[in-house]
Amino acid sequence: MNKHLYIKKDLPFEIYEINILEADEKDLLKISEEMGLALNLEEMLTIKNYFSQKHRNPTDIELQTIGQTWSEHCYHKTFKGLIILPDGKEIDSLFKTFIAKATRELSMPWCISVFEDNAGIIYFEGVYGIAVKVETHNHPSAIEPFGGAATGVGGVIRDVLGVWADPIACTDVLGFGPLDYEFAKLPPGIKHPRYIFRGVVAGIGSYGNNMGIPTVNGAIYFDESYVGNVVVYCGCVGLLPISKYVKNAGTGDHLILVGGRTGRDGIHGVTFASLELTEKSEEVSRPAVQIANPIEEEKLKRAIIAVRDLGLASSITDLGGGGLSSAVGETAYKFKCGASLELDNVPLKYSNIAPWEIYISESQERMLLTVPENNLDKVIRIFMNEDVEATSIGKLTNDGVLKIKYKGFPIAELDIPFLFSPPRFRRTAKFVKLKLKEPFFQEPKDLTKDLLRILSSPNVASKESVVRTYDHEVKGNTVLKPFCGKNNGPSDAAVIKPLDNSWRGIVISCGINPSYGKINVYWMAASAIDEAIRNNVAVGGRRIALLDNFVWGNPEKPDRLGSLVRACVACYRFAKGFRTPFISGKDSLYNESPLGPVTPTLLITAIGVVPDIRKVVSMDLKEAGNLIYIVGRTYAELGGSEYYRIKGFLGKSAPKVRLEEARRSMRTITRAIDKGYVRACHDLSEGGLAVAAAEMALASGHGLEIWLRNVPVAGDLRRNDYILFSESNSRFLVEVPEKYKKAFESTVNGAHHALIGKVRDDGSLIIYGLNGDPVIHAGIEELINSWKKPL
Amino acid sequence: MRCEEIRVCIVRVGGTNCDAETKRSFEDLGVKAFVYHFNEVLQGIDLLDYHILVLPGGFAYGDYVRAGVIFAKNFMARIGKKIMRFVDEGRPMLGICNGFQILVESGLLPGINGVSEHPEAALATNIPIGYRCGWVYLRHENNGKCVFTRLIPKGRVLRIPISHAEGRFLLPTVRGEEILNKLLENDQIVLRYSNENGEYAEGRYPENPNGSFYDIAGICNPEGTVFGLMPHPERAYYGWQLPDWTRMGKPPKYGDGKLIFESVVQYVIRKF
Repeated sequence: MNKHLYIKKDLPFEIYEINILEADEKDLLKISEEMGLALNLEEMLTIKNYFSQKHRNPTDIELQTIGQTWSEHCYHKTFKGLIILPDGKEIDSLFKTFIAKATRELSMPWCISVFEDNAGIIYFEGVYGIAVKVETHNHPSAIEPFGGAATGVGGVIRDVLGVWADPIACTDVLGFGPLDYEFAKLPPGIKHPRYIFRGVVAGIGSYGNNMGIPTVNGAIYFDESYVGNVVVYCGCVGLLPISKYVKNAGTGDHLILVGGRTGRDGIHGVTFASLELTEKSEEVSRPAVQIANPIEEEKLKRAIIAVRDLGLASSITDLGGGGLSSAVGETAYKFKCGASLELDNVPLKYSNIAPWEIYISESQERMLLTVPENNLDKVIRIFMNEDVEATSIGKLTNDGVLKIKYKGFPIAELDIPFLFSPPRFRRTAKFVKLKLKEPFFQEPKDLTKDLLRILSSPNVASKESVVRTYDHEVKGNTVLKPFCGKNNGPSDAAVIKPLDNSWRGIVISCGINPSYGKINVYWMAASAIDEAIRNNVAVGGRRIALLDNFVWGNPEKPDRLGSLVRACVACYRFAKGFRTPFISGKDSLYNESPLGPVTPTLLITAIGVVPDIRKVVSMDLKEAGNLIYIVGRTYAELGGSEYYRIKGFLGKSAPKVRLEEARRSMRTITRAIDKGYVRACHDLSEGGLAVAAAEMALASGHGLEIWLRNVPVAGDLRRNDYILFSESNSRFLVEVPEKYKKAFESTVNGAHHALIGKVRDDGSLIIYGLNGDPVIHAGIEELINSWKKPL
Repeated sequence: MRCEEIRVCIVRVGGTNCDAETKRSFEDLGVKAFVYHFNEVLQGIDLLDYHILVLPGGFAYGDYVRAGVIFAKNFMARIGKKIMRFVDEGRPMLGICNGFQILVESGLLPGINGVSEHPEAALATNIPIGYRCGWVYLRHENNGKCVFTRLIPKGRVLRIPISHAEGRFLLPTVRGEEILNKLLENDQIVLRYSNENGEYAEGRYPENPNGSFYDIAGICNPEGTVFGLMPHPERAYYGWQLPDWTRMGKPPKYGDGKLIFESVVQYVIRKF
């Protein structure tokens, strides 16, 4: 370190004064880089200005605290900043202008707490609410797949605990590079997709299984752009008595640090997540990945729920990105307090950790409670009985100042309001028009081979070998599991029955369409919303709330920011149009590696309810002779489809969402399910009609015949392959017993629908083309073999 | 004894995670069930105030070292005498999944010559290796000794899910056959992995999901009052927990798991 910038203070422990007052602009940037702050010049100048007014230099712990609090990860500068559009117009916060706006305008009475806290909370039934959060953990998983993924799960579970909810289900959506990626093509520092895949899957399973929280829903997606940027989304759903959602801390309350001990693991996790990955990330950022200990969190959970039930604490928050520095700062800020800390009270894994490291360490399984003096002993005893450490590390004060002492010496004094008013970002966005074209090729005569190839495509193929390593049954409340039918077909959504004395269920589903993102991010976002909702509706879900999770490239590059703006516009329009408010979300930006940026990826998680779980519908066919209907219209939309992909094309006709049509389709499905007419229902997504039909058949072991001639299409769509493999949104296949034919048809009357086939008893899938000749003819065994082979 | 007088003690430690649904299953039958942390047991819960003792599923103390071993050593060292007395009085003890692993590690199962100082069997790493969660078929093998399956006819096939990475039941290679014969002679074999029709899995995956010796999924002690099994009956208690209830039109009221809880409750009603 450069001597004149860093001055070791004469104290009985290691602490430096940073000579920011004498630093010029070059020095400031150097300080930011050398200390791993990831702050830009404007931010450094703001800090210099602040300390100039105080006539003193900051200590290392003060600068680190500011760096953490102002990081993209903690403060979401991009979503809160100003964006200048090419036409000169300004967007004042993407978040407020689009995401939160839909929620605000919809103003659903069942939304209890949205965007405010660690997790969104919606009403469930009786005195209960549902809390939901989905996080990303891409950067750590790229460096250390097992630890990165496991701590991703641990972190999102703590988010749910952080609103006093008992975690009852987990979800995970993963994106990897192709597993057969050529080793020789890997740039230095990038790990092979197969290595990352194995580690991430093991990490997810290990955490959820060990904590006893069922992993019930998810997806795995493969894309070249994920080679350098693995995508790991971890979600958690919790249940809480709404009256126990207590957040009323005040001056004098103790700050209680509970859970695991603090070590040097997870230093600079958040600033690391706010940078692009490079060849050096491995050595520089290894310490940024935390170490997981699910059993510690299991114990922590028990104690927290006990404290909640007795109403002994005044607030709670998790220690995630930024560690103590974020948790303490945010707590003080939220309750308009200051905080005074004795940092040496923090229980450590080992000695010789510098104070700044203690303060920003992201060691796992820790949470921060505020507890009134009177309840202190009771709270500590509850934690003791669960074999969990709980330590008072300071108190909330009334002066709005964060004061930290270590071994009796003051080492930090920062005004909380300053800490939470970083300079606003101004960034410019650029809209790039891609030059894409629609391919033309002759329609193949026999489409059976194409179907089998698509069934074997990694994005469509069975994920059973992975999903079976997750415990999806623990707690004994999983009503609709990830698999259904004799041969384990893929369920559209998971259903949980969380209360013993009620039949009401929670429906959990997701939507993700990265390949459309290569063509048009607006329709990619719209499709993800449609897919998440229709998956939910397909099993009987309704009153749906959404969560958004963006995984994007570096927002400082105008084209990446431009596409982010477009996706946000779609989020507003379609969330509002479907009357499905966003209740929580999270963005992970800077997903870039030497191989380039990540494909813009938006995960939409949908949380619905079903009034009576006994009416839930699964996707496997039930009985030979039953009728098969399609609901929704098919367009020539093959851009980004699996069909084009196997032919080596991308195309440009990404599926759109027509709100009116979509809403009608969804509404009629719900009505038909409620009336009991539906024996099976499956949404049409990757691979379109052909794959949906094949999955329904192979799941059940029954056969199926489909008549393409009857399929309602838009415009002049006269090709069998297009009708079969188009991925148009808002469509369902529905199995209806003959006896309900009339009743069903009148129920779905408002939506495009048609009788297009029937269930056979001979275990074969036959699809008749427009001219009446079979274009697909395959046995169930053949379908199963293709579908189960790849993973 | 009347049903509502029966008290079930479910003991948990850090990492136990199936206690709530186990409690729920017992309570559905009208008995009183209580979940206690092992620390509370040490602080003065008297096991002899309870009629049934249950070690539920989970990862006790993280299952670091070897599944179940830490908790087994801990409780045998600290309340071993109490446990022995509990068992000697014919009070039933149940170990589900991790609980089964603990019973084996503590020497309570198979317990051919009473509680053994060292484990006489093992629940080893699955073959194929790895965690697996899924439904299996189990054939009831017991001739009436096991108090947890007395309501189940011999030969009946049950459907209950498993979820574990270490469930491969093993006997010592040297005296394996001899011990197996002893187990058969004592009527200690309770559940074996089978196919839908009740034909033994004969080691074949996935019917035998973990490579267990002799397809063993659950055994009891020679008295039939201590029972350990890898599958989770509490996850097959209600009909809506079944993996295929959507094929049945509407879910049946109960699943096969209930029979296990019901059997032991019936036993306690008669015995005490």
